[in-house]
Amino acid sequence: MTNVTFHRVAEATALGDGEARHVEIGDRQIALFNVGGSFFAIDDVCTHAFALLSDGFVEGDIIECPLHGGKFEIKTGKACAAPCTEDVKTYPVKVESGAVLVGIPAS
Amino acid sequence: MTAIDAQAQIVIVGGGQAGGWVARTLRDQGHAGAIVLVGEEPHPPYERPPLSKGLLLGTAKPESTQLFPGEAWTKLRIDHRAGMRATRIERSAHRVALSDGTLIDYGALVLATGARVRRLPLDGAALPGVHYLRDLADSAAIAADLERPGRLLVIGGGWIGLEVAAAARKRGRDVTLVEAAPRLCNRALPPDLAEHLATIHAAHGVELRLGKTVTRLEGQGRVSRAVFSDGATLDVGAVVIGIGVQPNAELAAEAGLEIDPANGGIVVDDNGRTADPAIFAAGDVASHPNDLVGRRIRLESWENAQNQAIHVAKAIRGTAGGPYAEVPWFWSDQYDVNIQLVGLPQRWDRTATRGDPASGTFLVAYFDGPALVGAAAFNAGRDLRFVRRMMQLRVAVAPERLADPQVKLQDLLKPAH
Ligand SMILES: Cc1cc2nc3c(=O)[nH]c(=O)nc-3n(C[C@H](O)[C@H](O)[C@H](O)COP(=O)(O)OP(=O)(O)OC[C@H]3O[C@@H](n4cnc5c(N)ncnc54)[C@H](O)[C@@H]3O)c2cc1C
Ligand code: FES
Repeated sequence: MTNVTFHRVAEATALGDGEARHVEIGDRQIALFNVGGSFFAIDDVCTHAFALLSDGFVEGDIIECPLHGGKFEIKTGKACAAPCTEDVKTYPVKVESGAVLVGIPAS
Repeated sequence: MTAIDAQAQIVIVGGGQAGGWVARTLRDQGHAGAIVLVGEEPHPPYERPPLSKGLLLGTAKPESTQLFPGEAWTKLRIDHRAGMRATRIERSAHRVALSDGTLIDYGALVLATGARVRRLPLDGAALPGVHYLRDLADSAAIAADLERPGRLLVIGGGWIGLEVAAAARKRGRDVTLVEAAPRLCNRALPPDLAEHLATIHAAHGVELRLGKTVTRLEGQGRVSRAVFSDGATLDVGAVVIGIGVQPNAELAAEAGLEIDPANGGIVVDDNGRTADPAIFAAGDVASHPNDLVGRRIRLESWENAQNQAIHVAKAIRGTAGGPYAEVPWFWSDQYDVNIQLVGLPQRWDRTATRGDPASGTFLVAYFDGPALVGAAAFNAGRDLRFVRRMMQLRVAVAPERLADPQVKLQDLLKPAH
């Protein structure tokens, strides 16, 4: 996790438990989740066709894609239900002085 | 139910969506033996929905349709006999004959042969410029013809015809669509929703000719004119025929397996197994019982091709843990309209409409007595998902609550208080 730059994306209070939000950092589309009070960030674009996971349905720590029902683990990005077989990227997240920050690897 | 030995050779006939998911799930579930996938098409398994949508619009690439792209496919270690046809099943010897004369032994055999387009016996239907749409090559040929000038004539007002018409309009082509029935999507939509859909297409500039047929196509070296049942003629640049499909069940029938006279599919149980314990079927070709629908059905849908195939692979591995029973779900994309259907309602005595059809975003649910038997959603996929859940869990809902925009559908799913 060297060379990671953290970007402030939201107030921690802005996102309730079980909620998702679409954020953009540079040209990356990222989905930010609050699961049981902890925040997680993964790529927002589904690896199947084209849909934003932040428009999908959160169930516990699983996000279901709104288009064809594929599923990913929010904490690991792992694809866990058909048609999705490719994982989505995950990003480190930290909360500082009430703000949520997402870490993007420097390229 | 007895599982098939983990070292056995499993042969899958049909390298489409269902065949691909059987292969992949067998590996996911730890099948160690050889898996042979016999597929007539030259490609690794792919999904067909983009063929009438993104590929015609140019917003998706053929590679993107692949089920398991790149390395994922190689990693599955599938013995893929591409471009090969299975021609005969020898049930007592447990082997399959291929078009090149090879005989392959099987411990279990899965028939995932899908369906083929129904052809229209019409003078001129073999002329260049006249297309059907089932595979990647068809889609590429239609996309190429959408680059040419001249009107596109679509014969058939079902989902495929309507999606092609929408894509052609979006690409600026003049489009006429002719349908023999008095309305669109005759089997899938009730009259009011068919009318709604017709209005959408008319608003996008499709010239609809309902209750009419084409009697002849004409042209010198390429189709250029259509003649209609009412004597009218139309100059055309290309023609796409979409009048439905028929299941590829001959291989099974010739091997003495039972075919459902009602739908032409291979008769299987709720684990996808035929009366022969070593032979299974999944996808468009399988006629299976569905307890939630209350009858035997054969579906032509993306989701069934995927999930029934996954179930069959698990049944083979002995890990299915219950019958295959899902509320049928289907979608179609036309212009900026996403249509989703759940259930296969045959009769209903009440409907509940949520949202205003005039706004373009609404859902209609169908009730047979107290039972919720289906729903159709126009740009209301989120709502539909909850209705589907209600059907799957057989939750009792009152039509007026479902229609009430103040009532959250999530709340209707909670046990009654
Ligand atoms: C253009 C198009 C758009 C669609 N859009 C949607 C949509 O929006 N939503 C939706 O829910 N569904 C849609 N569908 C339906 C969905 O794609 C099908 O239900 C699904 O493809 C069925 O999968 P399958 O594997 O059962 O059959 P298929 O996909 O038909 O695959 C069967 C394969 O088996 C091969 N085969 C057949 N016989 C033999 C043999 N004897 N030996 C070797 N190989 C053989 C065939 O060549 C074929 O490749 C669409 C279909 C098409 C054609
Ligand atoms: S786009 Fe996400 S499941 Fe298809």
